[in-house]
Amino acid sequence: MPLIEVDDVRREFRIRRKSGRLRRTVHTVAAVDGISFAIDAGEVVGYIGPNGAGKSTTIKMLTGILVPTAGTIRVAGLEPWRQRTTLARRMGVVFGQRTTLWWDLPLRDSFDLLRRIYRVPPDRYRANLDEFTETLGLAEFLDTPVRQLSLGQRMRGDIAASLLHDPEIVYLDEPTIGLDVVSKSALRAFLQRIHDERNITILLTTHDLTDIEQLSSRVMVIDHGRMVFDGRLAELRRIGGASRTLVVDLTEPRAPVRLAGATTVKVDGPRQWVTFPAESSAAPYVAALARDYPLADLAILEPSIEDVISRIYAEGIPPSP
Amino acid sequence: MRTTGERQRLGPLAAIAGRSFQRYATYRTATFAGLFTNAMFGVFVAYTFIALWSQKPHLGGYDRTDAVTFVWIAQALIMPVATWGGGFQADFSERIRSGDIAIDLYRPTGFIPWWLAVDLGRASFHFLGRSVPTIMVGALLFDLRMPATAATWLLVVLAAYLAVVVSFGIRFLVSLTAFWLLDSQGVEQVATILGMFCSGMILPLVVFPGLAGDLLRGAPWAAFIQVPADIWLGKRTGFAVARGVAFQVGWAVLLLGASYVALRRAEHKVVVQGG
Amino acid sequence: MVESIRAYVLLSGIWVRSTMAYRTSFVIMTVSQFAITFVDFVALLVMFSRVDQLGGFSLSEIALLYGTSSLALGVADLALGNIEHLGRRVRDGSFDQMLIRPVPALVSMCADRFALRRVGRVGQGALVLGWALLNAPVDWTAARVVMTMAMVLSATLIFASIFVLGGAIQFWSSDSAEVANAFTYGGNFLTQYPMAIYPAELVRGVTFLIPVAFVNWYPTLYLLDRPDPFGFPSVLRFLSPAVAVLVVAVTGLVWRTGLRRYRSTGS
Repeated sequence: MPLIEVDDVRREFRIRRKSGRLRRTVHTVAAVDGISFAIDAGEVVGYIGPNGAGKSTTIKMLTGILVPTAGTIRVAGLEPWRQRTTLARRMGVVFGQRTTLWWDLPLRDSFDLLRRIYRVPPDRYRANLDEFTETLGLAEFLDTPVRQLSLGQRMRGDIAASLLHDPEIVYLDEPTIGLDVVSKSALRAFLQRIHDERNITILLTTHDLTDIEQLSSRVMVIDHGRMVFDGRLAELRRIGGASRTLVVDLTEPRAPVRLAGATTVKVDGPRQWVTFPAESSAAPYVAALARDYPLADLAILEPSIEDVISRIYAEGIPPSP
Repeated sequence: MRTTGERQRLGPLAAIAGRSFQRYATYRTATFAGLFTNAMFGVFVAYTFIALWSQKPHLGGYDRTDAVTFVWIAQALIMPVATWGGGFQADFSERIRSGDIAIDLYRPTGFIPWWLAVDLGRASFHFLGRSVPTIMVGALLFDLRMPATAATWLLVVLAAYLAVVVSFGIRFLVSLTAFWLLDSQGVEQVATILGMFCSGMILPLVVFPGLAGDLLRGAPWAAFIQVPADIWLGKRTGFAVARGVAFQVGWAVLLLGASYVALRRAEHKVVVQGG
Repeated sequence: MVESIRAYVLLSGIWVRSTMAYRTSFVIMTVSQFAITFVDFVALLVMFSRVDQLGGFSLSEIALLYGTSSLALGVADLALGNIEHLGRRVRDGSFDQMLIRPVPALVSMCADRFALRRVGRVGQGALVLGWALLNAPVDWTAARVVMTMAMVLSATLIFASIFVLGGAIQFWSSDSAEVANAFTYGGNFLTQYPMAIYPAELVRGVTFLIPVAFVNWYPTLYLLDRPDPFGFPSVLRFLSPAVAVLVVAVTGLVWRTGLRRYRSTGS
């Protein structure tokens, strides 16, 4: 039996807009327009879509903050909005845009408060706190008030806070937003490890495909409130992005590089853009380049989620059941 | 005749006041809610005064109608004269705390005129949007004494604006303490209490007996409500009106002067110590 | 219920600790709270320097009314006053953060930014009430002692309910914080004075419509053993606890409805 079941859920918002001097029209906007999916315990699922697609609204319904306009949601057999406080004990939430911690308190005090609110057994608390302090590098700012933390530090604090009470499910709503590449990478590694150790169910929303690539093999794509894709990442790559791009910085300007199975599409001084089929691994191409050409630097460009989605529409692939 | 130089200076100040007026005009819901509060308290306080004056019908030289009218004048003036606080200093104190104030000190229009213009713009909106409706509600519910002549009305308006200036001076000085005190809350609280009590907002100053009454009537807060009310109710006529206005002007000049001095000290502190 | 109180104590506790860290500031603010709220009683004292009764009531009798109202409002404000910020939190989205915790929304709202300085109002209310209890012409019997305690408790519950109602209406109209305040602080001011000074229509309104008259007026008539100036039935003197329970029940309903509405329509 799946841990999370979402069945034909709709969520409408009424927007009042001024149409002229005194009149106001009311539009109904469906932020979520009939989505369905099921997530089993222990899965890591990426939930991806452009801005305003309905990701945050879905999370808010799953956590019980918002009531669906239509359809049903069951998490661990409970309806989130009806049994909010019961379910709250079994889940952790991280909002990328704002913290769930207490702004003026030192991080440590926020943790301690959560320990008491969630009634975490002292030994579990100690174990978790020690582990997170070490793996997330919290020691240096445990005693700093949250408002003085950098974005990256605060995010690490939020993630630790969401896991202190050993939740079964963790929802992460755009956790990597605003973070630099190094921090993003560290965060992903941490989540991977946590999942492997504790078999937590993770639902992660993002509009950065790289987040998903590293963490999960299952990805759901939402656009304008509709589920456009639900399946394996490799499949998404195949459908949505026919090719990925290697941005190659050679040590000196050269004639276009020649790689088996890849196409050099652009040359600008020492920099060259090389595309290759998206469902392939980048590794053999990188290896071939490194072997045959003097490389200064290298980057892999993913197709943007918008490109992926427009391709999905263009290809006419129906959404997964 | 105005020279071009003066016109140039007044122009931007008028614009500042106008912007401030507009800004406060956008707080529609807050204005209605505030009016509701004014009206409610106006009604309740009026009845307490009726009870008081029925015990002592000529207390402080007021009769019952004077007393009830005073209540509504006070309610009308609370917002514009900012007896409770409110007005420019919330922004002002915040700018001192954040350090943005340093930018303001170099504005071409002059620091104090700038903030005074902001406050007068705000007060003008409150006169129109709060004071007038409050008096109208009071007149609907109770039997009020209205100024008899147009001249009296004009003098009331003059006294009301002077009250705002005196109030500005006090609030400005209180806000400036943030430059020297880490936590100017204490000073602000004391100023609030004094403003509430000594302005006549709670009880007309004429009710206070003996020495206390005399002291209160000489203090700057008497300029807030008591003086405009005296003119409105016709308790000050002829030369007494001029004395009342002079009292307000005197305190305004004193407080603004003190403000300039304090500001110079504050600027010195900012420049020398870096805020 | 116990869980909720525990959560409230935990969440407000951090604010208390944080306030106490700035001891001087706390003292200044509390003392000024005391002074600001005491100003109303000072006004009464000034009035009584000129007269010796208002509406047929002496100073100590009025102090009984004043003290009860002030004390009750003070406690209600201390415990639940922060609910007035609901509108702002809904507007800036920070209310949602409270909903992910296993804590009732009302508890989260009221405990957040718990302002211990509000104990200043409680203090002056208690002082005035204490003075009144010692000086008012009450023929003390066991029943009257019980009535006094019931009065204070009921008054606190009624004011607490008005606070929560004032917060709940912000689910429908997020700018209405000041209107709500008009009722709490207006209700407080109204009940500082004997109802005898108000017109009968107003007293009817605060008896049967918005029952703040049960905060102190009717029980005090029993304590002082005075006839009702408006001729209302004397059973009203014993109804404060019942009214309090009713008001609390209605408030609970309105709050839950408002919260459901917020979660169903979003913002």
